[in-house]
Amino acid sequence: MGYCPNTPEEIREMLAVIGAGSVEELFAPIPAELRAKSFDLPAGMSEFELMRHMREKADACGAEIVPFIGAGIYDHFIPAAVDHLSSRAEFYTAYTPYQPECSQGTLQALYEYQSTICRLTGMEASNASLYDGGTAVAEAALMSLRITQRNRVLLDASVNPLHREIVAGYLHGLLAEAVQVAPKGCESDLERLMASIDEQTAAVVVQNPNFFGSVQDFTALAARAHEKGALLIVSCYPIALGVMATPGEMGADIAVGDGQSLGNPLSFGGPYFGFIATRKRFIRNLPGRIVGETVDNQQRRGYVLTLQAREQHIKRHKATSNICSNQSLCALRGLIFCAALGRKGFEELALLNYDKAQYARSVLSGIGGVTLLNAGATFNEFTLSLPGEAAPVVERLLASGVAAGVPLGEYFPGMEKALVVTVTEKRSKDEIHRLAALLEEALCS
Amino acid sequence: MQLIFEKSVPGRRGVRIPLADVPKASPFPEALRRKEPVALPEVSELDLVRHYTNLSRRNFSVDTNFYPLGSCTMKYNAKVAENAGGLFAGCHPVLSLLPGGEPLVQGPLSLIHGLEEQLAEITGMDQVTTQPLAGAHGEMTGIMVIAAYHRARGDRRRKYVIVPDSSHGTNPASAAMAGYEIVTIPTAPYGDMDLDLYKEAMSDEVAAVMMTCPNTLGLFNPHIAQICALARQAGALTYYDGANLNAILGKVRPGDVGFDVIHVNLHKTFGTPHGGGGPGSGPVGVKKELIPYLPTPRVVRKGDGSYAVEAHPEGIGRVSDFFGNFAVMARAYAYIVLLGREGLIEVSEQAVLNANYMMARLKGAYDLPFDLTCMHECVLSASRQLKNGVHAIDIAKYLIDRGFHPPTVYFPLNVKEAIMIEPTETESKQTMDDFIEAMLEAARMAQSDPRQLHEAPVTTPVGRLDETRAARAQQVCCE
Repeated sequence: MGYCPNTPEEIREMLAVIGAGSVEELFAPIPAELRAKSFDLPAGMSEFELMRHMREKADACGAEIVPFIGAGIYDHFIPAAVDHLSSRAEFYTAYTPYQPECSQGTLQALYEYQSTICRLTGMEASNASLYDGGTAVAEAALMSLRITQRNRVLLDASVNPLHREIVAGYLHGLLAEAVQVAPKGCESDLERLMASIDEQTAAVVVQNPNFFGSVQDFTALAARAHEKGALLIVSCYPIALGVMATPGEMGADIAVGDGQSLGNPLSFGGPYFGFIATRKRFIRNLPGRIVGETVDNQQRRGYVLTLQAREQHIKRHKATSNICSNQSLCALRGLIFCAALGRKGFEELALLNYDKAQYARSVLSGIGGVTLLNAGATFNEFTLSLPGEAAPVVERLLASGVAAGVPLGEYFPGMEKALVVTVTEKRSKDEIHRLAALLEEALCS
Repeated sequence: MQLIFEKSVPGRRGVRIPLADVPKASPFPEALRRKEPVALPEVSELDLVRHYTNLSRRNFSVDTNFYPLGSCTMKYNAKVAENAGGLFAGCHPVLSLLPGGEPLVQGPLSLIHGLEEQLAEITGMDQVTTQPLAGAHGEMTGIMVIAAYHRARGDRRRKYVIVPDSSHGTNPASAAMAGYEIVTIPTAPYGDMDLDLYKEAMSDEVAAVMMTCPNTLGLFNPHIAQICALARQAGALTYYDGANLNAILGKVRPGDVGFDVIHVNLHKTFGTPHGGGGPGSGPVGVKKELIPYLPTPRVVRKGDGSYAVEAHPEGIGRVSDFFGNFAVMARAYAYIVLLGREGLIEVSEQAVLNANYMMARLKGAYDLPFDLTCMHECVLSASRQLKNGVHAIDIAKYLIDRGFHPPTVYFPLNVKEAIMIEPTETESKQTMDDFIEAMLEAARMAQSDPRQLHEAPVTTPVGRLDETRAARAQQVCCE
């Protein structure tokens, strides 16, 4: 049954008002030869049977594995209030706040979200969220093409390889070019990036911390980009921003990232949300929805979707982006997560990640034959070099219930021995030592 | 209501973070450190809970109000699907990329594969990818697949995508994102894309035509098969925007009609919550010839019945990080399993019945630009009320005071003062009768007391908001 409430009696009454003899008659405008040739689906189930079926699938989802993996998606704790508040049906069964008077809940929450993103990133204007981290990097790249009217983007190859693939796909159709600049070891090659900026460069895209976990200062890169009329785009990990210098402080023009780590569960890849924030002067070039403050007819403060003249439902093919929805509910979770931790708690959480990762870094790099590849600072992720190929080691440890890290060979040819290890606040000292023991055992045998 | 930031008191603490069980590391390098902690609010957990609970009460939602927002399919979201979607919270997507990781995530991989098969059968397509994260993202993905197909055939002349003027704005915007120029075809007096103008526009420079059927007027296009055939003769491909799929479940399959590429909005037809504007999910289905160009990764079923993740070397690459909005997909999968074949057919039948009932009862009081049997939604016009200075927006605001979320207004763009009503199948006659009474009352008031309509809404926390001021001030975050 499809949650259809009308009784046979009511259906008869409705058909009489319409003047139709049957429901089937209402489908008369569809020519007979266009009718479905097949609709071969099983019969429905009850809730009880459905949940039994779903639990079988959920029991085989690797949730028992201890994850020392990140690669853009992180296993962080989620305060209970995040689930409870975002599960308010008034939030999750509403839609886009097209009618602001009866959508002030969503609108004010998104305004608070935008304010939170600006404070995290040190920027001046945020939209109401994008799909995810990868598409946020791509949208930022497109935004830089619009602002500068140039057609080339310099892509630091220490940016998440999945994100680079998305950027390349987005730029391809527009005949714009993504030029990749190889890192120097585990750090961005700042000198080469600076030397590669020319009069066709719309933006330089870097990630902080980068895919290897290295944290860098991009202030000089921003200054050089600006000298050449280009922008700096920094993709960043929001938990790291609890302690790390912001894209704004470094002089970046656009800050983006994946908001998953702010209160959104892993859920096998989504839904998460992407964030994008910029300088106020570029606000009209932002993609997606933006909420703005205003007043009502009695001068009371309220919120509306604003600057809609950028968007597809008005501008159609001349819009700044085709994006129509945002990831409102996921952004709401991010907002509640940040507010639950607060000014002090958010910094403490970042430092706890740092402390745990530093501890693991020293324990693991103390294993014979294992060396640390990052030359400078890291946050909660770092890259180790193993004596042999990393992939078989990871496979072996998985069988013992530990995801030791992400082997880099597939994404960085020549780095087959490298392993990126992630340590969030959820990994205990015991789990770190278990990883060390298993790794040592695997390397000795 | 105050902002959460305005409730902040220095030193007040909310949720405690996990305890440290490792020694403190040497300090984070000063040169890389942010100057000040993030200026987040300092509130107690109760402050937080009360703030967001009270904010939520300032929303209309499906669970609290009838929400006949045309083109958005605001049906009831089954609670059991929420439970089902939450079961996978602890599953890390990167596990699937690790050597030896696939056996650990067979549950979610089988779900993705199952959903792809369900959607392929429902739409009559040969293969589906779940990667696109929303409807518009699906459109862009579909057009990128079409571009890759033409490119692979060495066909580089095709630079246009045709859309009807009644199409969703995302259609032309998505095609433009994929690098195409847009040709817009006007609507003919019979309510659909003008067939003669379409024939004139079709050529060997056209890459694709994007159609929504039923269209945004809620009408099933009787020429739809011919439109597909004409495109095929010219070597162009046909794209089906699945926004209105709720109308034709089990009745028509776009694949059978002749469409080459489709997207479906799981948050519309398959009952996943709209979340205040997302997350959505926009799987894309294609015919056999286009399968090689689908994005990477693909979930495949192997001979032994297990599932694996594979690259698509000729494909358009990645359009999102992993397999799409998985927890949304899990809810849609659960919905399809729950309803089954008969339940899904009942959906389209009752959705169409409800819309026609609504139209039949309202067409006396409002203009009906196209007086034809509609599908899942109907489009009225307030042009009659405009003679008394009452606009569609005034009627919408009055409905808020009556406790109803307004229908979509001013869309589609080709109807003056449009009021687009989509009741969905989950609403009862009783609820619709209450709404109809409010609509009829608004029509009466347009004649007797237009001023009162202009002042609506008066029951909401704020009255009509000054959008011009918002756009001028550009105040998008608090200081």
